[in-house]
Amino acid sequence: MTVTSQEELAAAIRDTSGPLRIQGGGTRPYGRPVIGEVLSTAGLSGVTLYDPGALTIVVKTGTPVAEVEETLAKSGQRLAFEPMDHRALLRTDGTPTIGGVVAGNISGPRRIAVGACRDFLLGVTFVDGSGTLIKNGGRVMKNVTGYDLVKLMCGSHGTLGVMTEVALKVLPIAATEATLALRGLDPTTAIKAMAAALGSPFDVTGVAHDGDETLFRLEGFADSVAYRTGKLSALLAPFGTAKAVADSAARWQDIRDAKALSTAPGDIWRISVRPSEAAALVTAIGATDTLFDWGGGLVWAAVPPGTDVRRHMTGGHATLIRGTSDGPHFHPEPAPVAAITQGLRDRFDPRGILNPGLMT
Amino acid sequence: MQMPEPSARIIGLKSQLVERFRAVLPADAVISDLAETRAYECDGLAAYKCPPLLAVLPASTQEVSEVLKICHEMGVPVVPRGSGTSLAGGAMPTADSVILGVARLNQVLETSYEDRLIRVQSGRTNLSVTGAVEANGFFYAPDPSSQLACAIAGNIAMNSGGAHCLKYGVTTNNLMGVTMVMMDGTVTEIGGGHLDAGGLDLLGVICGSEGQLGVVTEATLRILAKPEGARPILMGFDSAEVAGQCVSDIIKAGVLPVAIEYMDKLCIEVCEAHAQAGYPLCEALLIVEVEGSPAEIDEQLALIKDIANRHNPVELREARDADEAGRIWLGRKSAFGAMGQVNDYMCLDGTVPVSKLPEVLRRIGELSRAYGLDVGNVFHAGDGNMHPLILYNANKPGDLETCEALGADILKLCVDVGGCLTGEHGVGIEKRDLMRVQYSPEDLEAQMRIKDIFDPNWLLNPAKVFPLDASAPRRDAA
Repeated sequence: MTVTSQEELAAAIRDTSGPLRIQGGGTRPYGRPVIGEVLSTAGLSGVTLYDPGALTIVVKTGTPVAEVEETLAKSGQRLAFEPMDHRALLRTDGTPTIGGVVAGNISGPRRIAVGACRDFLLGVTFVDGSGTLIKNGGRVMKNVTGYDLVKLMCGSHGTLGVMTEVALKVLPIAATEATLALRGLDPTTAIKAMAAALGSPFDVTGVAHDGDETLFRLEGFADSVAYRTGKLSALLAPFGTAKAVADSAARWQDIRDAKALSTAPGDIWRISVRPSEAAALVTAIGATDTLFDWGGGLVWAAVPPGTDVRRHMTGGHATLIRGTSDGPHFHPEPAPVAAITQGLRDRFDPRGILNPGLMT
Repeated sequence: MQMPEPSARIIGLKSQLVERFRAVLPADAVISDLAETRAYECDGLAAYKCPPLLAVLPASTQEVSEVLKICHEMGVPVVPRGSGTSLAGGAMPTADSVILGVARLNQVLETSYEDRLIRVQSGRTNLSVTGAVEANGFFYAPDPSSQLACAIAGNIAMNSGGAHCLKYGVTTNNLMGVTMVMMDGTVTEIGGGHLDAGGLDLLGVICGSEGQLGVVTEATLRILAKPEGARPILMGFDSAEVAGQCVSDIIKAGVLPVAIEYMDKLCIEVCEAHAQAGYPLCEALLIVEVEGSPAEIDEQLALIKDIANRHNPVELREARDADEAGRIWLGRKSAFGAMGQVNDYMCLDGTVPVSKLPEVLRRIGELSRAYGLDVGNVFHAGDGNMHPLILYNANKPGDLETCEALGADILKLCVDVGGCLTGEHGVGIEKRDLMRVQYSPEDLEAQMRIKDIFDPNWLLNPAKVFPLDASAPRRDAA
C-alpha cells in the first residue's frame, strides 16, 4: 500500500483491518519481524519548508535522507546527529528515509556531543492507529506547550502512529575537522582515555574505539581545531602518542555505520550502557568483535548466535540488530514501565495494527 | 482565572488526611494550619492565590509513595511543588488539594565523572547541582533565571531552559533518568546512566508534563566539562528590525554562540536605573556570548563583530576581563527583578522562528499601542524564545484583564508565524485556555490520553495544561 498524502494515509488506516508493516526505505529491518501488509511512506516526499536562518527544516517522512542532506549542504548546514546508514551492517539495499531515521531515533558518533535524533526533532505530524491525524511540537527550538509527544514518537518504530511530516533542528557544517588516534589500548584503558577527552573543555565531537585504534574527533574553525588538537594530544599523553589520521571524514562514516562489524559472523547487538560498565560487559558476553562509540556508552558487539547479552547486564539496554532469536529483540522492561508502554499502545493503536510486536 | 469548584467532600476529609499523613510522615512534615498553608498559596504567578487543604513535605521516595497511596485511595488531588518559582501557575493549589513539596529531598546521591552524570534528589536547586561538580571542572547546563531557587523537580516538570540553551539544550536534552512515583504509589525507574531509551521514550514525555504524570523524586543529570572560558560582547542598534536581522545573520554564518540575548529600550532604561550596567540607551541591544580558549573566543568574536558592523551598530563593546563580562550580564540577569520594582508586569514566553523576530517585534509594538499598555522585550533571541513583559497597574480596575487580553493576542501572533505559546515556562493555568490556538481537539485528545494512562483518576495537578472544558469530562468522571 502506497499513499501520497496524509489524508490518504489516514483513510487507508481507517479502512484497513491490518496488521500493517510500516516501511520507509526498508533499510533497517530489525526488531521482531512483522507479518502484515506493507504500508510505504515513500509517496510522502519532499521538503516542505527550509529556513536556514532559523536552523530548521520541515520534511515529509518518505523523503530520502540523502535529499535532506543535499538540501542542507547547499546552505552549509547538516543533520548534526549524524544518522547511521544501516545498509552495510544489515546487508540491505533501498533508500533510507528521514521517517525511518526518526522512527528509530537513529543517531551517530556526534550524538555524544550534540544529542540524538530525538534532541533535534522539533515537531511531528502522524496518523494514529485509529486513522486520526495528530500534530505535536512545532518548528521552533524551544517549545514546552503541552506534552512532548515528539520524543515519544521518535524511536517508536511506527508502533504508535505513522509519521507524515517532521520538523528538525539543523546546525552549520563545521569548517574543518581533525581526528587523533591512539593505538593498542585495551577496552578498559581506551574508555578511560575517552572519558578524559570528554571530560576536557576541548569539545570533542566523536570518541570511539574499534579494538585497534581509539579515535578522537575535533571540529570547528581551522585555528580552533589546531589549538585543540595540540591541547588534546597533551592531555592524552599518559595513554600514548596521539597521531592525526589522514582520512577523518571516512573514518567517522565507518564508525557511524558500524562497518567494522558488517562482515563479522554471529549476532549483532547494539548496547547502551554507562561507559564505565562497557569493558567488563564485552568480556562477560564473549563478544567476538566490538566497536565502542560515544566514549563507550554505545557498544556494537558480535556474539555467537543465540547469545542473550542481557543476561549479563545490570543497567542500560540492548537490542538485537542482526541475527535470529526466539527471545525478545528489544530490551524487556520492568513491570511498571511495561504497563505504561502497553497502555500507550492500547490508546494510540487500539486495534494493534501498526507494526504489532516489532518492539518486543 | 477560572478554577474548578472545590469539592466539599474532599475538604471534609481534612482531619482524616492529617491523621493518616502523620502515621507515615514526621509531625513537622504535615502542614495543616491555615497560617502555614498560606505559604503555599501561589507560585511565581502571584496574581492568583489559593491556600491548599494541606501541605506535606516528604523526605524520601518511600514517604512520597506513602503520601500518594493515601491520596489515591481517598481520591484527593495532589499538586506537586518544587521551589514554587513557576511563572505559569504550575504549582498553584486549589482549596481541595494537597501540596506535595519536595524541598526536603535535596541530597546528591551519586557523582560519576567517568560517566559524566550526577544523580540527585529532585528538591535540590538547579544551581547547587553545578555547585556539587564545579570543583572538578564540570557543570549542569540548563540555567533558568531562577536557578538559585528553582528545584530540579520543577525544571523537569516544566522542561526549563535558560540563557545558554542555544548551545546546550533545555532540561529534556540533559536529563538521563528519573525515579518517579506514580499516583497510586508505585515507584518506577525510567532511564538511568545510559543514553537514549531502549523502548518508547517515556522520559521524553515525563519531562515537561507539568507534574501531571507522576512525582519525580530522583534525577540522573548529564554534566559537562566547563569550557576554558567565555566572553560576551554587547552591541546596540537603532532599530529592533536591524537587531533581529543581525541575530539571523550570526546564526546563518556558522558561528554557534552559547547565548544571544535581546533587550529593548524600555528594558534597557529600567535595567540601567536598577543595576547601572552601563548599557547604551538605544532601541535594541544584543548580548552575544561565545566560549572556548582566549584565541578561539577572539576568532569567533571577530566574525561576530564583522557581521554586526554590517548593520551599523551604535555600540559594540567587548568585555576585556571578567569584571566587564560580569557587568554586561548584570543588567540582563536582573531584568525581571528590575521591571518588577518599577511596575506590575506579566511575562510572556512565546517562541517564534528566529527569522520572524523582526516582524513579530514590530507587530507587538502595534498591539501594545492598540491596547494602551507598554510592552518591554527581553529574551533569548538565538532560539526565538521571546519574553514580552506587559506593564500594567494591579490596583487599577480592569488593567489586569486588558493585560491578559493583550498577552493572549501576542501569543496568538507567535503561533500564527509558526511559533508556540510557551518556550520554557510551561502552560500551567496561565496559558491553559489558549491551548486550542495551537492544537486541534484531536491533538489535545492525544495528549490527554497520556495522562489517562499515568494517572487514570486525574488526581495529579488536574486543572492545568488543558482547557478546563476539555479536561472536565475526565476530571469529573474520576
